[in-house]
Amino acid sequence: MRLAMVIDTKKCVGCSDCVVACQTENDVPIGYCRDWITETVNGSYPSLELELRSERCNHCDNSPCVRCCPTGASHYGTGGTVLVTKNECIGCGACIESCPYDARYQHPKGYIDKCTFCNHRVKEGLLPACVSVCPTKCMYFGDLDNSHSEVSQLLRNRKYKTLAPEAGTKPQVYYLI
Amino acid sequence: MVSSRRKFIKISALGLGGAAVSAAAFNFLSGSTYLDELVYAKVTENYKKTATYCEVCFWKCAGWIYSDENNNVKKIIGNEDDFQCYGRLCPRGTGGVGMYTDPDRLKTPLIRDIVNGEETFREASWEEALTLVASKMKAVKDTHGAESIALIKHGEPGGHFEHLLKSFGSDTVAEPAFAQCRGPREIGFKLTLGSWVGSPEPTDIQDTKCLVLIGSHLGENMHNTQVQEMSDAIDRGATIITVDPRFSTVASKSKFWLPIKPATDMALLLSWMHVLIYENLYDKEYVEAFGLGFDQLKDHVRTFTPDWAYGITTIKPEIIRKTAREMADAAPAVIVHPGRHVSWYGDDSQRARAVAILNALLGSWGRQGGFYFKEALKVPDFPQPAYPKPKWTWRELSAKYPYAEMGVTNEVIRQSIPAEDVTHPVKGWIVAGCNLPVAIPQKELLLKAIDSLDFMVVVDTMPMEVTGYADVVLPECTYLERWGSIRSSTGREPSLALRAPAVEPLYDSKPAWWIAKQLGEKLGLHDYFNYTDYSEVLDWQCKQVGTSLEEMLKIGVKNYPRKTGPLYINSNLDYKFPTKSGKIEFYSEELASIGQPPMPVYTPHPEPEKGFYRLNYGRAPMHTFSRTANNPNLNDLMSENCVWVNPKVAKIEGLNADQYVWLKNQDGVISTFPIKVRITERIRFDAVYMVHGFGHDNKKLSNAHGKGISDTEMVTKVSIDPLMGGTGMRGNFISFIIENPNKNI
Amino acid sequence: MKEELFISGRNIPNIDPVLHVWHWPISVDVFFGGMAAGLLFFAALFYLLGKEKEMPSAIKYAPFMAPVGISIALICLFYDLTHKLYFWRLYLTFRLESPMSFGSWVLMFITPLSFLWAFSYVREVFPKVNFNNEILVVIEKFAIANRRVMAILLLPLSISLGVYTGILLSAFNARPLWNNAILGPLFLTSGLTTAAAVVIYFAKNAFERQLFNKILLLLIVVQSFFLAHMILGYFAGTEIQLEAVQLLFEGKFGIMFVGFVLILGLLVPFILELFTYQGVKIPVIIPVILILLGGLIFRFVMVDAGQMSRYLY
Repeated sequence: MRLAMVIDTKKCVGCSDCVVACQTENDVPIGYCRDWITETVNGSYPSLELELRSERCNHCDNSPCVRCCPTGASHYGTGGTVLVTKNECIGCGACIESCPYDARYQHPKGYIDKCTFCNHRVKEGLLPACVSVCPTKCMYFGDLDNSHSEVSQLLRNRKYKTLAPEAGTKPQVYYLI
Repeated sequence: MVSSRRKFIKISALGLGGAAVSAAAFNFLSGSTYLDELVYAKVTENYKKTATYCEVCFWKCAGWIYSDENNNVKKIIGNEDDFQCYGRLCPRGTGGVGMYTDPDRLKTPLIRDIVNGEETFREASWEEALTLVASKMKAVKDTHGAESIALIKHGEPGGHFEHLLKSFGSDTVAEPAFAQCRGPREIGFKLTLGSWVGSPEPTDIQDTKCLVLIGSHLGENMHNTQVQEMSDAIDRGATIITVDPRFSTVASKSKFWLPIKPATDMALLLSWMHVLIYENLYDKEYVEAFGLGFDQLKDHVRTFTPDWAYGITTIKPEIIRKTAREMADAAPAVIVHPGRHVSWYGDDSQRARAVAILNALLGSWGRQGGFYFKEALKVPDFPQPAYPKPKWTWRELSAKYPYAEMGVTNEVIRQSIPAEDVTHPVKGWIVAGCNLPVAIPQKELLLKAIDSLDFMVVVDTMPMEVTGYADVVLPECTYLERWGSIRSSTGREPSLALRAPAVEPLYDSKPAWWIAKQLGEKLGLHDYFNYTDYSEVLDWQCKQVGTSLEEMLKIGVKNYPRKTGPLYINSNLDYKFPTKSGKIEFYSEELASIGQPPMPVYTPHPEPEKGFYRLNYGRAPMHTFSRTANNPNLNDLMSENCVWVNPKVAKIEGLNADQYVWLKNQDGVISTFPIKVRITERIRFDAVYMVHGFGHDNKKLSNAHGKGISDTEMVTKVSIDPLMGGTGMRGNFISFIIENPNKNI
Repeated sequence: MKEELFISGRNIPNIDPVLHVWHWPISVDVFFGGMAAGLLFFAALFYLLGKEKEMPSAIKYAPFMAPVGISIALICLFYDLTHKLYFWRLYLTFRLESPMSFGSWVLMFITPLSFLWAFSYVREVFPKVNFNNEILVVIEKFAIANRRVMAILLLPLSISLGVYTGILLSAFNARPLWNNAILGPLFLTSGLTTAAAVVIYFAKNAFERQLFNKILLLLIVVQSFFLAHMILGYFAGTEIQLEAVQLLFEGKFGIMFVGFVLILGLLVPFILELFTYQGVKIPVIIPVILILLGGLIFRFVMVDAGQMSRYLY
């Protein structure tokens, strides 16, 4: 199983529902976030292009954060998700330094925290909180090893990109463009 | 009580420090992560689900509140059975949790008083505060009549005070939602097609092939179902045409973006009519069956060619033709969206009429993929005596405007300032859930009116600016803590939604229904409040429409089959429009008879002088006007607004990115706070843009105070719509001040 | 015009707008770790070469700075952990791929050795010290008897520690300024340079002083070569590296790097040591302080600027 997220930038309006849904679902303290929205504007008035992206941990296949963790707190979970075991984490910050996406942060309680693909929900057969609330339904979640899954089909039929693929991390959040 | 100078009090009442202490105590306890984990794991299994519908904006999506036994609201999730949200709340609905947890909430009734020679609020008991309000209401009734007490409201809690006031003998009720927002479109559509657009708008976006947005920034305004359906439309490859001087989010998703010169939309609309008619693209069958005055219209728009419009709008003629053809190709599955906040230039009802006419030419009203016929369930009122008949109501008060079909807030304000032309003097205000200084333009007039009042009571959950002017502040609890009136929505199918309390009200806040009832009892109106708990009213109402409170608590939303017939006009085109003539009035005899243009005309609007830029404002998806600016969750998403400036303008004005500047408008009004400059290609060179609802100047709003500026503060000039009294607010121009103007004061 | 911004959800402490999760303790850690590694390396090397008599500074005196340096480094490292109560988790696993793990194990072994080494010379260096405690005497006896074993162990361990200070940073592919293979040797050389400066400061005889004068000159040349190699590598790199290297030559990092690291920290001491080599009398303390300061600032620049460098997407 290879869990992955596919996000359609053609539909995303950058409303940030995913951000606040994640905060309430996962008790992320105010002032922190596990996901966030970026905006990129190209061109000059009136020939313009705008891309909005909901970004988060890419749950990379080749995760530098797992590699550089000195205690094994950062590890691969089911479906290739990248997780942190809180009480194995010493808070050295190496994983934060290692992430090209700045997807991790120091929780006020000291350990390093990040997106879990809502593994506690996925276990129950639910979609991650961000995906389940998105008002534009621009986010998809599923198993890339299953060729019939929605995410597999989208990646077969649509043009897509990943973020900073040149970092060699093999990111698993795909953006339809 | 001080009745003369109603000085703004920044709610800083004596002894509001209790919350800070208890919060600190909690922080102390949460040291061990292990312990937290255990507690968390236990709690997730035990969440209680309570039905509600959202109160963060007017869309009223139904959802479920998840709370634990310790009165913690954990999250709010959409109700899947609700056609108003399809199980997905927007960021504000999801962040509604923050309304409850916000430590800056109003906590206890406050009464204006003089302590040590200074006006301040002192904490009071409900008994004292309500007795005072009741006595003031009686006093006004005795000297001026009950009608002189006005209610200015927004949202569901306002309804309870409307009931109170009507029982008391006043129907002087107004909402900024009419004259400051969507009133013009309701009137424009009613004059043309015979019915209000209403909320939620009956736009059949889910089946449309072409969506035309005129200054409407769907996606930045999170009108939930519309955004969801638009997203599906994008998936289906529907055409979107966006007319906006700003490269809005939806403009970036549109096949055609028409970067129009601000304030010239009418010319574009007229030239679109020209193309549709003179290129024979309009729906002939539909126009023939339903149209009245088509020939006059044809004659009227003869000269409004795309080339004519090009000179006004700066939109190239071939683009105007191309987009008109695109609409005609999609017709009747096309929506020229009526917009929502449309009080822009003073001829807004006429512009809305032009939009309605355009839809009529395309045959989209009452057609699949255009506009459907909405339906709602009539829920009977709880048994009560008939309301006493007031001598005059909001209707007479707003009589200056023939089509003021709801109370005009600016007229209430005008009639509150003693002057010779005051026909219906207003002496007392009840303000419910409505932050007037940030909602109403021309602050000077507003303050003058407030100053002239005998008394003013404000009901709110937050220490909004408006509370600072009140004589009595009543702390309402949030929607998560109380019963609400049953939501009977209009939609493709009628539906009911329940709002039940998930947790006990925090602090000494109370539900709006309770406050209204207590006042009613004190005013001897018990017969109108013949219940001890509002759930009795809800249960009775539910039972009248074939359900019960018990059932509604379980399901939250109940959908009913339609009774008024099909969603669309049938293929025989047999339908009678609810206008006076029963037809679509391209030419309005009615308007002609009162000396108004019977067909929309283009009038040039004032343009900015050198060094000034038109102030445009709009919404951000994570905020609802000014009410969410302090919400901890939503403030976290966006804590301030910035002023969008074209790079060329930035160069001319010497502005740097992220620099803070003050704004000064054409009347010399300078913004209280500075605002951050965003240099972006997304805005035209002759306008600036900012998100509405920021620049709070009440220090008690600890997250929002001094963050960004209030666009409303810069709106000191309004163009009044002669038909319905709307205040056009897009004719204000600003310049930049780089040095702090307050430095020398 | 291209515009890139966060709409929402960022502004996280220590991460936005620029990454700054690693603060001054990491720079200090890397500096003292490198210096201690150098000191232990020289001590072990010259001990094994049988120079105990001729080189008292390198083998006996200067190494007293090693346990001090390592202790400072350890304290700093621990101080910068945010979940301190769980630090013991480091020693339940060994992960070769993680420099942090590799480094903590190296420190685990080298720390007691550095203390033991210095301890074995306490009475020689400070003749007035007397042990009253029998255990101490036993330990001392053991340490003196096993100096050779310690030296053999210290040689690879000190090189590991020196290299670790570099690869701690260079292992992070996400930070283009750090991510180059030369950083390990460069930091090792830099650590040896600072150590050599310390040895010169404590030097007791002309032989040792002259030898380390030459060693220092050589190390500065090698270090400059590595630095040039690194910088040219950036300039020959991709856009992210080009953007990263600008950090070293512009703004506050520019002043610190060019002024304090390249000129005052390498060029000036090189010239001074060259004069010393020619027999010109120059106070020993001047080049020593310049080199130490240069080394410390170099680490501050690399740690801070490195965190600002990032992938562009």
